[in-house]
Amino acid sequence: MHSDPAAIQKSVRGYMTVFGLLMLFTVITVAVARLEFTVPVAIAVALVIAAMKGSMVAAVFMHLSHERRWVYGTLLLTVVFFVALLLLPLLTSLDGTGTGSPWLPAASAGVEGR
Amino acid sequence: MNIPYTVEVRPDTGLPNGKLGIWLFLASEVMLFGALFSSYILLRVGAAEWPRGELSVLLGTINTIILIGSSVTMVMAWASLKLNNWGRHRLFLSLTFLLALVFLVNKYFEYAEHIHAGEGPAHSTFLAIYFTLTGLHGLHILGGMVVMAYFLGPGAKMWKTEPEQFTNRIEYTGLYWHFVDLVWIFLFPVLYLL
Repeated sequence: MHSDPAAIQKSVRGYMTVFGLLMLFTVITVAVARLEFTVPVAIAVALVIAAMKGSMVAAVFMHLSHERRWVYGTLLLTVVFFVALLLLPLLTSLDGTGTGSPWLPAASAGVEGR
Repeated sequence: MNIPYTVEVRPDTGLPNGKLGIWLFLASEVMLFGALFSSYILLRVGAAEWPRGELSVLLGTINTIILIGSSVTMVMAWASLKLNNWGRHRLFLSLTFLLALVFLVNKYFEYAEHIHAGEGPAHSTFLAIYFTLTGLHGLHILGGMVVMAYFLGPGAKMWKTEPEQFTNRIEYTGLYWHFVDLVWIFLFPVLYLL
């Protein structure tokens, strides 16, 4: 971690740049939400923009762009479990047993037991 | 007795203990909010219909700008210490605290509007997950404010005796605060816009 004043001043310019970009992306997020996308496209666009904003906060404000391996290792493990946490519960609604899947239109539901 | 590796790095990790500690804590926080986001996904996928336009996008956008601003002032509070500027550090940390307070005040008005209209957490699945997610996030904001108040108050005297350790503590506070901001960066579009 740098503690040379010139390096810190350079970092401060970086912080201000990221602040400007975050403001811009916030405006873009709200503007894009007004467009009439289909739900999957709207979700994808919103999450891509949020991921870009989050990456800037993590890389610059949290100094992740120049961290140690132990931090990267901790975060890699976290990401693996986070993805599993997001996706695994969805499997409970994808197995199709019972009276039909929420993915199917109502007319094709109603398969009683299997 | 001196607690080791509060300033100097551990030879095996290359980090002071506090820094690894805060990242491990943030990893647990990712799982906490991740579980709630996962619940949101499951609830929304399983719902026949999902309301839109129930939340004030204007208030949500203002709060997003406030929180991003507070992240900047927080990192500037740390950078000021690295530049040995105590006055600017106090200014930026106070600003961060104030911005957090404004965020919570906005949240209060937002919650009050819904509650007075009879739209509490029990009103709908959407409002249940909205109040849970933003309520937990709000408690995290409050927790961060308690820590900032400590470093603005009695904790500040460490700058005179152990300036490097104090700077590290502010850095770790910043890491927590940026994480809270990061959660909101995802909460805002998910709840307010989609």
